[in-house]
Amino acid sequence: MSRIDIAPILAGLLMLALWEGLTRFFHVPTVILPPPSAIGAALVERGPLLLPAAGVTMGLALTALAISIGLGTLIALVFARVPLLERSLGPYALVLQATPIVAIAPLVIIWTGIENPRRAILILAVIVAVFPVLTSALAGLKAVDPGLDRLFRLHKASSTQRFLRLELPTAAPFLLAGIKTAAGLSLVGVVVAEFVAGTGATGGLSWRLVEAGNRLETATMFAALFLLALMGLALNAVLALIEKQIRA
Amino acid sequence: MPADALIRLSARQACVRFGALEALGPIDLSVRAGECVVLLGPSGCGKSTLLAALAGLQAVASGSVQADAAGGSDIPGVVFQEPNLMNWATAQDNVALPLALAGVGKVERLGRAQKALNQVGLGSFSAAYPRTLSGGMRMRVALARALVNDPTALLLDEPFAAIDELGRRALDDLVLEAKRDQHLAVLFVTHSVDEAVYLADRILVLSPRPGRIMAEIAVPDVPRDPAFLTSPAFAEAAAAARRVLSAQLVAA
Repeated sequence: MSRIDIAPILAGLLMLALWEGLTRFFHVPTVILPPPSAIGAALVERGPLLLPAAGVTMGLALTALAISIGLGTLIALVFARVPLLERSLGPYALVLQATPIVAIAPLVIIWTGIENPRRAILILAVIVAVFPVLTSALAGLKAVDPGLDRLFRLHKASSTQRFLRLELPTAAPFLLAGIKTAAGLSLVGVVVAEFVAGTGATGGLSWRLVEAGNRLETATMFAALFLLALMGLALNAVLALIEKQIRA
Repeated sequence: MPADALIRLSARQACVRFGALEALGPIDLSVRAGECVVLLGPSGCGKSTLLAALAGLQAVASGSVQADAAGGSDIPGVVFQEPNLMNWATAQDNVALPLALAGVGKVERLGRAQKALNQVGLGSFSAAYPRTLSGGMRMRVALARALVNDPTALLLDEPFAAIDELGRRALDDLVLEAKRDQHLAVLFVTHSVDEAVYLADRILVLSPRPGRIMAEIAVPDVPRDPAFLTSPAFAEAAAAARRVLSAQLVAA
């Protein structure tokens, strides 16, 4: 295991201390910028409300990520097997990717029905997260070493053998890089979709964020942001760990 | 045609075309069990193409090619210019690949892979990953992989060109040992005249594209040891091969 670098921890503590000191010294209103101590207090006080909400958002993000991985890999496989499909559909996939998700969100919500915010949120998050999986998986599948490909042909490998023993291991590092990007994006997708859905029906963290904003509970907003950042970090850490296992 | 029971590799009037381009042939060739035939010729003459055709990786436009099995695997062992190892798998798993693709069970295939690694002198490297091995060692793994499924024929396409002189001689010796011990028919492509004479029972010199057999040079059946390299027999065969090759250069 690598040693933990102490520099960023010290820098963080220093910034928190500065933040705390300056807000107190200049009597900054807590509605504008609460000191870290107030945010900590809000985290404890609002914890029973925020943590389940964070759980909902994380659950949605993980579900969206899982769907994106499956769907992205599947489409990549089909594209790799049928180049004509990739040639004809690839450009349209790019158009979808280039369109800001916030702009698509209202449409998707109308289509899934206002009463189905969960479904709408998942669809939106998948639209954002599926692309890095698709493009990286496709690049990985195309990266097969021609020499190994020839060897597999020599030994008359079936397409299942080829996939499991050649294409998948070749694509794995590419795919993992794509999944890391997708994990962050699925969280972004869920948060944005929750905002646009503008309903507390799913009870996700961004709804709590909006709610706290409406009530001018700035410390609670910071507490929710803190949890969101923590979730993103946790996702990254888990994926980095998996990557390390695979590379070992 | 009276079939020679010992013929393991054969080509009959074999031609290969790439579109309008005539790449090879017509070629007639046969390699018997326990015999090493070396193909020597200018680059682009179709040596590798002939090898690929015999391996079943390249269709012939006319004529026929055959890699005939008698007892062993009907898929010849092939070593290409690059080791072509799976860098995510250990040496042992790499060597076991042909058996895995043939559906051989895990215990048996790992055992046979270990045996093949022992044969090429890498018995203690079975758990090593390719990136931790030197170029020569990776080629040994590739050679072990070509031998693991008990083939009756071995096809080698300039396999040791990138390896230093001493390492190359050691690998050449492994090929000769395998040929003798497993009674293999060996077809070896090289552009090195010295390597050709050292390995070959017969050298076939090919013409520039489309490759045809220009000359056949028999190399005396004497032990392949360091003394052979400085013997008159070696010098004579090497000179004969060089004469045919330079005659081509003049003609071209």
